[in-house]
Amino acid sequence: MSGVDVREAITRAHQEEWARVVASLARRFGDLDIAEEAAAEAFVTAVEHWPSDGVPPNPGAWLTTTAARKAIDRIRRENRRDDKQTEAQLLSDDGPPEPVGPVGDERLRLIFTCCHPALAMQSRVALTLRMVGGLTVPEIARAFLVQEAAMGQRITRAKAKIKVARIPYRVPSEQDLPARVGGVLAVLYLVFNEGYLATGPDSDPVRPDLTAEAVRLTRLLRTLVPQDGEVAGLLALMLLAEARRPARVSPSGELVALGEQDRGSWDGALIAEGHRLVRERLAAGTAPGRYQILAAINAVHTSARDVRDTDWSQVLALYDQLVRLDPSPVVALNRAVAVAEIDGPQVALAAVDRLAEALDGYHAYHATRADLLRRLGRSQESRAAYDRAVALAGNTAETAYLTRRRDQLG
Amino acid sequence: MQYMVSVIFEEAGLATPEEDAAIDVFNDRLVAEGHWVFAGGLGAPGTATVIDNRGGEAMFTDGPFVESKEFLAGFWIIEAADLDVALKLAAEGSKACNRKVEVRPFL
Repeated sequence: MSGVDVREAITRAHQEEWARVVASLARRFGDLDIAEEAAAEAFVTAVEHWPSDGVPPNPGAWLTTTAARKAIDRIRRENRRDDKQTEAQLLSDDGPPEPVGPVGDERLRLIFTCCHPALAMQSRVALTLRMVGGLTVPEIARAFLVQEAAMGQRITRAKAKIKVARIPYRVPSEQDLPARVGGVLAVLYLVFNEGYLATGPDSDPVRPDLTAEAVRLTRLLRTLVPQDGEVAGLLALMLLAEARRPARVSPSGELVALGEQDRGSWDGALIAEGHRLVRERLAAGTAPGRYQILAAINAVHTSARDVRDTDWSQVLALYDQLVRLDPSPVVALNRAVAVAEIDGPQVALAAVDRLAEALDGYHAYHATRADLLRRLGRSQESRAAYDRAVALAGNTAETAYLTRRRDQLG
Repeated sequence: MQYMVSVIFEEAGLATPEEDAAIDVFNDRLVAEGHWVFAGGLGAPGTATVIDNRGGEAMFTDGPFVESKEFLAGFWIIEAADLDVALKLAAEGSKACNRKVEVRPFL
C-alpha cells in the first residue's frame, strides 16, 4: 500500500471513526477529557504505525482498542492509588456492546452531552465540533475568529463543567427530547452558516468542511428522531443551500447573488433529496416550524430553472407564515426582498426602513436597502448604503460583490 | 452527588404565606423522593459578620464580605444523580419560593 493510500485511510478513519472512538471511551471512562486525549493519541499511533504495519482490516476497532489502552495508561499514571477494584473496572468493559450499523447511539449521546442547555451556546458549538466533529482547536478557533488559546480555554471549561457538575452522558428522556433537540438544531445551524458564509476577512469565504460536518451531524440526529419535522426541515434547508454552493462564489472570489447564479452548476442530487424531505413534511400535515418553512422557501427557489420563473407569491406566503412564528427584524428584512418582487422596490423600501433602528449594525440591512435604492434610481443614497454594508460585511466574497455593485452605480 | 441550590434575591425578609406553603410542599417532595439533605433561609446581609483569623489576631468586620444588589437568601442542599435531575428540582424550587436560584455541585 502506498504512502498516499495510507494517508487517505487515516483521513477517512478520522472522518468516520473519530466520534465513535471518543463516544465509546466517554461512556466507558465517564470523562470527556480522557476520551478525547486518548482518541487523539490513538490517531497519532496510527500515523506512526500504519505506514509500516499496514492499515488494519477494521480501523475503527483498532483505533478504539488502542485508544482504550492509552486511556488506561493515562488513568494509571494519574492515579497510582487505584485499588484492585478500580483496576478491574478499567480492564473489563462491561458496558453494552458497540452498536452496529452506520449510526451508533453513542455518538448521539455525545452530541446531546455537548449541546447541554447548561453550557453557553458558544461552548456547545465549540465542544460539538471538537468532540463529535473531530475538528482541531485551531480549526475551530479559525472558523469562529477567536484566539486559539481562548477557544482552547472555552472547550476546557465546558469539559470541566460536564465532569464536575456531572452533566449526564446520555440522550435525554422521551419527554425532554423535543426541547433538547431544539438546542442541538440551533448549534448545527450555526455550524452550517459559519461554513456557508464564513464571517472573517481572514478565512475562506466558504468552508465546505463545516457545511459538510453540519449536514453529517444533522443526518445522524435524524436517525434518532425521524419523526421530528424540524430535524427533517433543517436537513432539507442545509441540503438545498449546500446544493447551490458551487455557484455561489465566482472564480474571482466574488459572491454571486441567487438571481445571477448559474443554475446548471447546482447539485441536482442534493436538490432532489431536499425537495423529497420538504414534500415529506408537507404530507405530514402538521404545523411547520421555522426550519421547515425556511426549507420550503429554499425549495421554491431551487424549483425555478430560471430566476424569472421564481414563484415569488409562494415565497412571500411562506415568509408571512415565518413572520407569525418569528417576528424578528431579520425575518422581516428577508420578507421585504420577496415584497420587492411582488409589490415593487418602493413598497419594500418602506418596510425595510422601518427596521432601521433594530438592524443598523447588520450589513445585510444596508445591502438590501442599497439594492432597493439602486432599483429606484436613487444612486447617491444607494452608494451611501453600499458603503455602510461594505464596512460591516466580514465575508471576503460578499465584500467584493458589494464593492462592485457600488462602483457600478451611475 | 450533592448540589447546592442557592436562592438569590434582592431584598431581605421572609417569604409570603403562599410562598411558604409552596416551599413546604416542595420540601416534602424532596424528602419523599430521597433528594433532601438540608435547607435553610438566611438573615439579611446586614446581619453578617466577616472574620479573618489568618494573621496574629482574629479581625471581626460588620457586614457581608461583598456588597451586591442581589445576595444569598437561603439554600437547599440536595442529593441528585446528575445535573439534569438537579436542574429539574432547582426549577421547581425556583417556582415554589418564587425566587431565582443557582445550582452548583459539591466537589
